Amino acid sequence: MHQPTTEARPSIYYPYQVFAPWLPSAHPPPARQRVVIAGSGPAGMVTALELARHGVPSVVLESELQVSQGSRAIVFTRRSMEILQQVGVAQRMSEQGLPWRFGNSYYRGQRVFRMEAPHDSDDRYFPMLNIQQQYMEEYLLDACAAQPLIDFRWGNKLVQIRQEEGVAHLQIDTPEGPYAMDTDWLVAADGGRSEIRTALGLKMEGASYEGFFVIADIRIDLPLPTERLAFFDPDWNPGNTILMHREPHGIWRVDYQLPPGETPEQALRPASLKARIDAQLAMIGHAGIPWEMDWSSVYSARTLTLPDYVHGRVLFTGDAAHLLPIFGVRGANTAFQDAQALGWQLGCVVKGLAGEKLLANYSAERVGAAREIIDEAGKSTRFMTPPSRGFRLLRDAVLSLSLSQSFVRPLYHWRTSRPHEYSGSVLNSTGDDNALFNAGPAHGAPPRNIRLSADDFLLDHLGGGFDLLYFTEAPALPEALQQVVAGARARGVPLKVIAVGAPGPVAGADLSLPDARGHFRQRYGVPASGAAYLLRPDQHVCARWLTLDAHRLQAALDTALPQ
Amino acid sequence: MNPTQTTAMTSEPTPSDTLSLPGLEDVYDALASAIDQAGPDKAELFLVKLALLNAQQLGSASLVREHIAVALKDL
Repeated sequence: MHQPTTEARPSIYYPYQVFAPWLPSAHPPPARQRVVIAGSGPAGMVTALELARHGVPSVVLESELQVSQGSRAIVFTRRSMEILQQVGVAQRMSEQGLPWRFGNSYYRGQRVFRMEAPHDSDDRYFPMLNIQQQYMEEYLLDACAAQPLIDFRWGNKLVQIRQEEGVAHLQIDTPEGPYAMDTDWLVAADGGRSEIRTALGLKMEGASYEGFFVIADIRIDLPLPTERLAFFDPDWNPGNTILMHREPHGIWRVDYQLPPGETPEQALRPASLKARIDAQLAMIGHAGIPWEMDWSSVYSARTLTLPDYVHGRVLFTGDAAHLLPIFGVRGANTAFQDAQALGWQLGCVVKGLAGEKLLANYSAERVGAAREIIDEAGKSTRFMTPPSRGFRLLRDAVLSLSLSQSFVRPLYHWRTSRPHEYSGSVLNSTGDDNALFNAGPAHGAPPRNIRLSADDFLLDHLGGGFDLLYFTEAPALPEALQQVVAGARARGVPLKVIAVGAPGPVAGADLSLPDARGHFRQRYGVPASGAAYLLRPDQHVCARWLTLDAHRLQAALDTALPQ
Repeated sequence: MNPTQTTAMTSEPTPSDTLSLPGLEDVYDALASAIDQAGPDKAELFLVKLALLNAQQLGSASLVREHIAVALKDL
C-alpha cells in the first residue's frame, strides 16, 4: 500500500500544505480515460492545462501529498513566462518573482564578464524571473483546481503499466490500496528518476559529467541586486566554480562545486556546508552576516535524452524524457516548452483533428530541441566543470587571459535557455513564401511579441488554437479566405483571425489591431497588405505569405494537421 | 609611376607569410626561455594561452585545426 508522508516538508519560508489523498472508495469505478498524466511537476501540470484549453480532459496522478521539496528550479525565462501566460499563471509569477537581466563573472577578484540579456520594449516579460519552484507549482495547482477538465489525484502512485493495441492498463496504488484504470494515452511526466522510463527499459543517450555541485538555499540579508554571480577558481575553492542567485523571501541560492573525490554525503554535512558558505560570504566581503539554511542538495551535470518520446501509448515529457544541465536554466524551462508542445499535439490527436503522425512530430521536434540544448549546454558544462585535463587547461588559460584580453571573455557566457525553432518541422508549409521574407519570425520560430499599448501585447491574444495574422488595410477579409476559415472551424479546428493594419474593425476577423506607425508590419517583415502568418496553437510559425490566397491557406492548415 | 608604387618602394619591406630564419631563431629562443620562466607547473598553461592568442591573431579556425593535426603527429 502506498503511504506518502503526511508531514509537511520543512521550510523556513514556504508553508507547505498537505492535501488529502484521492481514494478510489470515495469515487465511482474508474471509467476508461483519454489521457492520464503521471507526475504533477511543471511538465505534468502544464500538459494538463494545455489539454484542457483544447477541451481534452485528463487525470493527473501525484504520488506525494504536497508540492516539491526545496526551491529546485528558480530561474524562469521570458519564453517560459509566455507559456505560463497561456495557462493563466504568469501574473502571479510576476507579482511574486524577481526580474533580472544581468550576470557577472569574477576571476581573481576582477569582474571579467558582464552578461546583459536584451530587453526589448515589445516584450512583456523580463529575460529572467527568479522564484522558487514551490510557488510556481502552487500557482499551477490552483489553475488545475479551477479547471473542471482536470481530475487531480494526490497520493496516487502509478505502479504498473501494461500496453495493448490502443490502450494502456494502469495499476495505481493509494493509501487504501491499489485500483486499475485504462487510458488511451499515458503522459510520463514523472521527472528525472522516471519509474515509467525504467519500467519500459528505455535508455537515454548522451553524457554524464563527474563534477558535483552543492545547491544550498540560505536566508540572508545581502545588499546586492538581483543579478547572477559566478566566481571561478576562488582561493577558498581552487579550480572550482561558485554561483549565486537572489530568490524572493530573503533567500539566496549558493551553488558550489566540490573538490574531486568528495562524496555528496561528505559535502552535505552541516559543518562542511557552514564552512564553505562562510568562506564564500567572506570572499564577497560579507563575512559575519547571519544566515540560516533552508534546503540543500547535490547535483551533477548530465546531457541525456531518450531518442524517441513516444513508446506505444506512453508519451514522455520534461525531465522524464531528458536530463539537461543546470547551467543555462535548462530544466523547467525546457519542460514548459515540451508540455506546451505535447498539450496541443496530443489534444488534436485525441479530438480527431490529426492522426497519430502528429505525436511522432511532437517527438521529432522535442528530441531535436533536447539535442540542440545538449550541444549548447555541453559547451557551458565543459567550461564550468572541465571533464578532463585538456579541457581544464583550456579553461584555465581562458581565465588567465581574460584578465587582460577581451576576446576570450564571451566564453564565460553560457548560453541561456531559449525557445527551440522548429525550422525543419514537417508541420511547416512547403508552398508558402517563408524564404522571401527579409525579417520577422521564420518557419518554426516563436512569435515576436508586439506592444500594442501600455499594458496590451500581441501574445496576450495568441494561442490555444491556430492564429492567422492577416495584414490588411481593407474593411473586410477576402471572401475566399473567410470560406477556408469557416471550413476549418466546421471541422472543429480552433482558428482565430487577427487583422493587422486597418484603422477600424475588419469584417471576418475576430480581432482587429490598428498599426498606424507600421511598427507591427516592420517587425514581421511585411512590405504590403495581403501578407499573413499562420501560427500553431503553441504560437510557433508554421506558414507565412507575402500574399495569402485561399488555396495556400488551406494547404498550410492541412500540412499543420497531418491525418 | 603612380603614387601608390612610390609609397611601396620607399616603405619597410612587407612581412612575408612565414618567418625568416633569423625570425624563427628568435622565436625559438624566446619560447624556450618563457617555458623555463613559467616553470614545470605552469608551462602547459602558458603554452595554451599562447596558442589561443596566436589562434585569435590567425583568425582562422580551420588553419588552427590544421596546425593541431600537424603538431599531434610523431609525438
